[in-house]
Amino acid sequence: MNSNDTLIPFVAVVTDIRVDTADIKTFRVHSLDGDKPLKHIPGQCAMLSIPGVGEAMFSITSSPTNEDFIEFSIKKCGCLTEWLHRIEVGQQICIRGPYGNGFPVEGALKGKDLLFIAGGIGLAPLRSVINYCRHFRSNYGIIDVVYGARSKDDFVDYEEIENEWKKEDGMKVHLTIDRPQENWDGHVGFVPAFVKELGFDTTKTVILCGPPIMIKLTLEELIKLGFENTQIFTTLEMRMKCGVGKCGRCNVGNKYVCKDGPVFSFDQLDELPDEY
Amino acid sequence: MTYKLNGIQLNEFFARVASDKKLYLPVDTENGARFEEWTEGKTLSSKLNTVRSAKDFFFPQVQGIVDFKLEGKNIEVIDRREEVKDFVVFGVRACDAAAFAVLDRVFLSEHVDSFYAEKRNAATVITLACSNPEETCFCSSFGIDASAPGGDVEARLVEDALYLSPLTEKGEAFVESIKDLLVSADDAVVEADKALIKAKIAKLPLASLKPADLRDKQLETFESEAWAELSQSCLGCGSCTFVCPTCQCYDIRDFDTGHEVKRFRCWDSCMYSDFTLMAAENPRHTQPERFRQRFMHKLVYFPMNNDGVYGCVGCGRCLKKCPVSLNIVKVMKRIGGVKNEQ
Ligand code: SF4
Ligand code: SF4
Ligand code: FES
Repeated sequence: MNSNDTLIPFVAVVTDIRVDTADIKTFRVHSLDGDKPLKHIPGQCAMLSIPGVGEAMFSITSSPTNEDFIEFSIKKCGCLTEWLHRIEVGQQICIRGPYGNGFPVEGALKGKDLLFIAGGIGLAPLRSVINYCRHFRSNYGIIDVVYGARSKDDFVDYEEIENEWKKEDGMKVHLTIDRPQENWDGHVGFVPAFVKELGFDTTKTVILCGPPIMIKLTLEELIKLGFENTQIFTTLEMRMKCGVGKCGRCNVGNKYVCKDGPVFSFDQLDELPDEY
Repeated sequence: MTYKLNGIQLNEFFARVASDKKLYLPVDTENGARFEEWTEGKTLSSKLNTVRSAKDFFFPQVQGIVDFKLEGKNIEVIDRREEVKDFVVFGVRACDAAAFAVLDRVFLSEHVDSFYAEKRNAATVITLACSNPEETCFCSSFGIDASAPGGDVEARLVEDALYLSPLTEKGEAFVESIKDLLVSADDAVVEADKALIKAKIAKLPLASLKPADLRDKQLETFESEAWAELSQSCLGCGSCTFVCPTCQCYDIRDFDTGHEVKRFRCWDSCMYSDFTLMAAENPRHTQPERFRQRFMHKLVYFPMNNDGVYGCVGCGRCLKKCPVSLNIVKVMKRIGGVKNEQ
């Protein structure tokens, strides 16, 4: 029987592996025919698995406007990701999806000045939407990116940031690292304080992504600056199994992060129990 | 239209049904009643309900998804799924039949779960009206009528005679297939039986228990101080979730046989400490938080997403099974804002 069920993955192949940092690699994935394995909208995720090792949900890092392949930036933390960090080009993997709502690129973000704030691996889901907005540049206003990492060696896809983002019209990139470092003449300090220091115009729509503590403190600064929680979006991370709102794993209040999220605005989150 | 067996014994009826399709029905075992495939000599249990619920037919404890073969860098997906043959389930009680409708809302909604759907499609469900409801029953709290349990065919035993009322197309087809065993029945008998059952239900100790509509009180209910006390002795054993006909949480796992990898899903429980555990953190660290999740889901979150339908059908299984006597009735009395406190 040739069955069709979203829980049954298909096979794709890793065609390139880029080492971003000591613990983050970016994997390029093609279908077995050399095409793009699936279509997505920025912020959506896919389930990747190596049979016998595990299956987990990862944000699709590449922009939907990339017609050739999809990419995942993956941090080493746990069984499956450690395995993925050991594979070589040509390794086949199982994939299913895309899942989730994605960013409202054709809704709330359209026509707005955008402020992206990321910490560490939190850039992975934002890279997709940032590059989407760059592709449809005239649909969006000024783009600011505030991005913090532990050190200058911990930025995900530093080359793209330096060679493309920094040169893009109407786009400003503000990088910061946690501690002073040789050969770094940029900003030093944590993201929340940096955001306060930069003091953005409160007409911007904000997309915030990173470790929970960074999100919490940055949100506080943004509210102090006068932003409304309706203007600020984030992506949630929960343990997931099915990806389609059935296994119960990622249930928070009456929402399922896999299906109703992972993208939420903070006014939506305010209505949910604080269990994420 | 209602029919009645033409004087033959129940076992003759079962034999006839089983000659065509697999027939499952509750039989008595050392560990209480459970659904088994009917074979010659097996008799219908006289117990009110099975220890495990009837959800196993459509959402079994373990369900194979797909197999894989790995060779070098290559992976092959092997789909060994076989077509599910039509089968008949006899003796499903009103609560379990209502639980199917709850599970349908989960598994048959967008991204239809084909493993569930194919079994659901293959089944003809014959319910059985509850002539002797028990003290732990509170299906009526959720508007479920044990005298008219639904399903494809509604059956009732009145003075040892079996009455059958087809309710769906599948039910009609079933009745048609055994037409020679049936005679048409007097509706008055059915109505009298319904009235009798309703009168019994109204006298049950939990009859006055009514869940409150908490759909617009999500946060308020979540933050209630009562949870700490309610959940105090919960062991996190998960028994309540496994016997529950509406609990649907599952895990997906891989089993490496040495030659290939079998991916399967199995029941899981939101009562377990590792349910939401991630590499770096766990949004529900403590048992009281997990206890709250189970009952918030049934009494608040599920109704919010499902037009007010509750995620509990009042079967009473968790009342019997919890080793420390916790259950949803206690929760409803404190949290569910019971209107008619007894
Ligand atoms: S919560 Fe308890 S009473 Fe309600 S359906 Fe589940 S097992 Fe039955
Ligand atoms: S409520 Fe009772 S049955 Fe359920 S997990 Fe806790 S101790 Fe076990
Ligand atoms: S991952 Fe299964 S419900 Fe969200």
